[in-house]
Amino acid sequence: MELSGAKILIESLKQEGVEYIFGVNGGAAMPIFDALYDHPDVKLIMMRHEQGASHAADGYARATGKVGVTLATSGPGATNLVTGIATAYMDSIPMVAITGQVFTHLMGNDAFQECDVIGVTRPVCKHSYLIKSGDEVAEVIAEAFHIASTGRPGPVVVDFAKDAQIHESLFRYPEKVNIRSYKPKVEGHPRQIAKAVELIHNAERPILYAGGGVTLSDASEELRELAIKTGIPITVTLMGLGAFPETHPLAMEMPGMHGSCCANYAFTDSDLVVAIGARFDDRVTGDLTKFAPNAKKIHIDIDASCIGKNVPIDVPIVGDAKRVLAEMNKLVHRVDIEPWMRQINEWKAQYPFEYEQNGDNIMPQYVIEQIYDLYSDAIVVGDVGQHQMWAAQYFKFTEPRQWLNSGGLGTMGFSLPAAIGAQLGCPDKTVVNINGDGSYIMTIQELVPAISMKLPLKIFIINNMYLGMVRQWQELFHQKRYAAVDYHDNPDFAQLADAFGATGIRVDRIEDVRPALEKAKAINDGPVVIDFIVDEEENVFPMVPAGAGLGDVIRGLA
Amino acid sequence: MAEERHIFSVLVENRFGVLARIAGLFSGRGFNIDSLNVAETDDPGVSHMTIVTHGDAQIIEQIYKHLNKLIDVIKVIDLTVENHVERELVLIKVYAEPQRRGEILQIVEIFRAHTVDVGPDSLIIEVTGDEGKLKAVVDLLRPYGIRELARTGKIAIMRGAPR
Repeated sequence: MELSGAKILIESLKQEGVEYIFGVNGGAAMPIFDALYDHPDVKLIMMRHEQGASHAADGYARATGKVGVTLATSGPGATNLVTGIATAYMDSIPMVAITGQVFTHLMGNDAFQECDVIGVTRPVCKHSYLIKSGDEVAEVIAEAFHIASTGRPGPVVVDFAKDAQIHESLFRYPEKVNIRSYKPKVEGHPRQIAKAVELIHNAERPILYAGGGVTLSDASEELRELAIKTGIPITVTLMGLGAFPETHPLAMEMPGMHGSCCANYAFTDSDLVVAIGARFDDRVTGDLTKFAPNAKKIHIDIDASCIGKNVPIDVPIVGDAKRVLAEMNKLVHRVDIEPWMRQINEWKAQYPFEYEQNGDNIMPQYVIEQIYDLYSDAIVVGDVGQHQMWAAQYFKFTEPRQWLNSGGLGTMGFSLPAAIGAQLGCPDKTVVNINGDGSYIMTIQELVPAISMKLPLKIFIINNMYLGMVRQWQELFHQKRYAAVDYHDNPDFAQLADAFGATGIRVDRIEDVRPALEKAKAINDGPVVIDFIVDEEENVFPMVPAGAGLGDVIRGLA
Repeated sequence: MAEERHIFSVLVENRFGVLARIAGLFSGRGFNIDSLNVAETDDPGVSHMTIVTHGDAQIIEQIYKHLNKLIDVIKVIDLTVENHVERELVLIKVYAEPQRRGEILQIVEIFRAHTVDVGPDSLIIEVTGDEGKLKAVVDLLRPYGIRELARTGKIAIMRGAPR
């Protein structure tokens, strides 16, 4: 039977097991939305801005491990997706972003709502396709899903000309995808693995350094086995939090700019760093010349171009973390590093994450502690800024995919739409959105679909009336010249939530923090927004200033 | 680290947008392209690119890895470390008043170049060869006055049995 390109697209998505598409309608994508109109299996989630749509698809992918799908029209619809595509690209999130495109005969003519989407998105996606004819659709979609979800995952853009959406052709979905130029290497080289194991067995001060790649390759079981079998202490990056339980005695918590002193000192003093699905990001390493200067380095990564990019590597292992760790686990045994562990435990005891109470103010860290106490099993979606760091420090994550945040691109406004995607992907889980006052207002419009769908999101705003992280840098490095960070003119977020149709609660006294969080727990017929009015000038510590070495961490201002 | 010149031979899918992806890979990371040649191979579905670039060892390694990472790239060979043949073709339009033509044609003959067009006061000369030969010809013709010059950029393939 012949189907229109738009209908072939939907049938293809069904073949890929797509449950939800997050989108915003518009002229050049109308045939696709029309094909979705009465389709029983693929549900369209009507977001209020394309950026929100892309983050929602991303949040869905992060929470479930499946490919997120977002859909927008040509021109401005497509350009609004770009931030979300770049966010997914930086964190290697599997996503397929579909954009309508003007009729092929109009392309290149500066047509209404025309934009060269392939050109605009080229540097921020894993791959892209332009569909100019209906008979290309099935094959392109099969390839797009294959590329998005295999190797180092990432977003794939599919730009779909309107005439190709209308044009009818025969629908036949490819049974297998075979791209001769794309064969990700998943098995680690046995000789490299043997070399790595030998280094591990001979190290005196080894550490494991795991990143988001462990979660992406579903390797947290294997990671746990490696750490526990060898007895080597482990630090997990912002992107990997939960891949190893932070409550475990071997856990040193997050490394880097706002990481634990223990993890940063351990890097500096170590004689072996085993990096697994982590990319030696500048926020982790600090000054490269002072980074783990005495350590040999093993790097396991599926993306060969990540290895040796920032830091010279002694034993590179290109492969899928799950497979490589499983092979390593067959060979490793417990290492005798008792003096090193004594040192690690001393650092841990001496330098825990801590803060001082300032008068009667609600301390932001206290709010996070209370959230953790009441919602320890929840999926937590963080935004970007000080609250993100406090959440990473004070919430103890124990499961992979429990902590979702924009780690690489650092996209403010990510979290509310991402929480919507996560909640739809995991309907039986409680989803907590920890947001900032600056980031919340960037995508606040996405409260609307959350309310329409009665999603029981717990939206907790750590409101210090500033772009807090920038203000902190201004305080420390710009003589307190608070340029363009004062957000005291923001609206009352609790009243605004009520106006949208959600439940809004404003909390400005310490004693109301816990009761409000408990109340939120009982509201399950829609989102609840709690606006926590916190200490305005609290800073995130510890802090490794930009350009300093990890050993030069500032523990606090006092 | 010392900068080195490298020649990459790259087989790519002959498809819309591939050249832009390769160019973007270089421009986005601040890597340099000294010359780039691209054309269809014997298989119309596959194009061959010869990319001449330079950088320190770490940059060259990154270029190699990033080329491999592009979905449309089938194969990458760093020819610099292989036994290979490289050639470039240059077209030179040189001033040639009748009384000086003889001298110029002698140069053409010595270097086994060709005269491909003759005008009232100029000649177009075609030279093929490696970098040294092309430089020698251009240097010898420069005193006569070069009006225009166009070169293909290097093309190169590995010696020996097919892969």
